[in-house]
Amino acid sequence: MVLDTRGINVWCAAGKKTFSTEEVIRQVQRVGLDRVVSHRELILPQLGAPGVSAQAVKKDCGFKVTWGPIRARDLPAFLNNGRKAETEMRQLTFSIAERTVLIPVELSLIVKPSLIILLAVFILSGISPNIFSFSAAWFRGLNGAVAYLFGIVAGAVFVPILLPWLPMRQFYIKGILTGLVAGIFVTFSLGASVTRLESFILLLLTTAVSSYAAMNFTGATPFTSPSGVEKEMRQGIPIQIIAVVTVIIAWVAAPFVS
Amino acid sequence: MQNFRYLNNVTTLELDVEKCIGCGMCGIVCPHTVFKVKNPKARIVDQDACMECGACAANCPTAAISVTPGVGCAFYIIQTWIKRKDAVIECC
Repeated sequence: MVLDTRGINVWCAAGKKTFSTEEVIRQVQRVGLDRVVSHRELILPQLGAPGVSAQAVKKDCGFKVTWGPIRARDLPAFLNNGRKAETEMRQLTFSIAERTVLIPVELSLIVKPSLIILLAVFILSGISPNIFSFSAAWFRGLNGAVAYLFGIVAGAVFVPILLPWLPMRQFYIKGILTGLVAGIFVTFSLGASVTRLESFILLLLTTAVSSYAAMNFTGATPFTSPSGVEKEMRQGIPIQIIAVVTVIIAWVAAPFVS
Repeated sequence: MQNFRYLNNVTTLELDVEKCIGCGMCGIVCPHTVFKVKNPKARIVDQDACMECGACAANCPTAAISVTPGVGCAFYIIQTWIKRKDAVIECC
């Protein structure tokens, strides 16, 4: 029996109530399942459980829910085993492959806001003692853009890949760590094309961007609790805001002080 | 998931042992081995492994379990902080 979750995986759909008690009952009644099969058992994927109450399904459409394994490929063994799940069948993994495959989606969500931010970087970079300088906008803007993009890579690519090996449980701190490394790399690479002050500003930018991008990865993991995410956000976001405001003010001020 | 631990002492998971009838559903549906069901009722054995997905509370026949589920995505949470109660919140 098919439930339409609009291309979203079962677990997220269960959490958002797309894969829900109501939807299961509706489909059972819509296809007339009680006339199609003589038994009264529905095997549902285990990760649908957050959205489906087994008791309510039984009560409202007469079908008993059996919670199957997490992965469909374990179904044959599950069925042969008399509907008993081995421990591995009920255990989640978050291997490096499973983490890496999430990166393109995370990046695709960052594209639009990034374009706006990069535009702002170029405009702010052009503010100069001569009101506005297009060459400064371009050259300083490029440096700012590179620092920003390295921050995205540090937070949205390297934190997912290196996740279990990065110290500290808070994702925003893991992002600070990879961001510092990326930022130091950027400032060394830019070398003499930026002033000392600008180097520090860019380092701060890369670190702050990486921290925010890493913090957003919490929504893609199978082990972070919303309460925990909210707690670390109350620490991380003020830090990120202060860092970004400092970057903006200092970056605009830099041509006036050197 | 042994080497993936998140913050301690934050989850809203609660089990009312009085109401528990030892059916074992929580142990079956939990994706993180938070519960152990034996002799003859359920116990929380790893509170900090709970990710508040809500599977246990949804499937407990006696409503012995409560947890406040939510979306654990930073961008989503930010929107709940700044948007009005009835506003539509963007989520992937």
